[in-house]
Amino acid sequence: MKRVCAILAVLMFAAMFLGLVQAYSERQARSPLAEYYLTQVPRELGAPNVVTGILITYRGFDTLGEVAVLFMVAAAVGVLLGSKKEQRAKTSSTDGKGPSELVRTGAEVILPLIFLFGAYVIMNGHLSAGGGFQGGAVVASGVMLLILAMPASKLDHGFLSVTESLAGVLYVSIGILGIIIADGFLDSHVLPLGKFGTLLSAGAIPLISALLGIKVGAELSVVIDRFRS
Amino acid sequence: MGLPVSQILLVTGFLLILIGIWGILAHRNILRIIIGFSLIDTGIHVVMVATGYVTGGTAPIIDAALGKADAAANAVDPIPSALVVTAIVIGFSVTAIMLSFAIRLYDAKKTLDIDAITDSKW
Repeated sequence: MKRVCAILAVLMFAAMFLGLVQAYSERQARSPLAEYYLTQVPRELGAPNVVTGILITYRGFDTLGEVAVLFMVAAAVGVLLGSKKEQRAKTSSTDGKGPSELVRTGAEVILPLIFLFGAYVIMNGHLSAGGGFQGGAVVASGVMLLILAMPASKLDHGFLSVTESLAGVLYVSIGILGIIIADGFLDSHVLPLGKFGTLLSAGAIPLISALLGIKVGAELSVVIDRFRS
Repeated sequence: MGLPVSQILLVTGFLLILIGIWGILAHRNILRIIIGFSLIDTGIHVVMVATGYVTGGTAPIIDAALGKADAAANAVDPIPSALVVTAIVIGFSVTAIMLSFAIRLYDAKKTLDIDAITDSKW
């Protein structure tokens, strides 16, 4: 009976989606807002990547809220999983087999490359596909590999949380600086625009990107480490 | 040319959503339900990106292939892409919270079967 109801629900959703797909015709023109962004981001912000320009400057407040959500998730996971640490440590030490030699040696070769690639993605967010969130996720995946390959290694939560808080405080201070010397909160014109298409250009966007990358990388690392039981 | 790109993306995204709904409704294991939820999430992201596609458009990144002047005429709509970045982060957060609740439930009940968890708290 349950199964029949489930099939029925899925079929009804399928019918709805089928109607949506059939009625959808590919867009031929951009909305006025999209055209505004596409012309104004390269001209006014000096950032070749329009999506990063939107995320960090025009929707900067939104991004700040997103980082706050990530922070709250890290805190909530800590509250949910952090309390019974001693008991967890006991259960994990009993199933003693470590990772295979292949994983350990591979991790030693690949880990620096992963972190380097993370830093590259973070710093090139305004030039090509990438940015703080993406690069932070790459760095955190490196931390995940580290945890898998070397289960005995301990992450320094104190250091990570201090780094993360510092990055957050700097991010908000750049935003407040925008109110004072530029046009508003999180305006990226606090720094000179520089030459279009170079690494140090587009005002404060690379700086904010780097801070976001550090913050997201540290937060995701803490979340991943909490799940290690 | 066959099917337009956005149509293929839409169908893929909606199929992922359907698989996710089926996973949530048909499975009784909490971890599988969470996986179904992530599939719905991913499907919605694909659908959102698909709605931003404009015929013949390219990625909204100014480089040698896409000049500053013709960006407004040749790039796809950047707004859905920017929204999807936000949505991915929120989806990750929700998944992380669900997984930690699953771990706590397993600690308390020693099972991940959702049928075994019948007592209401209030």
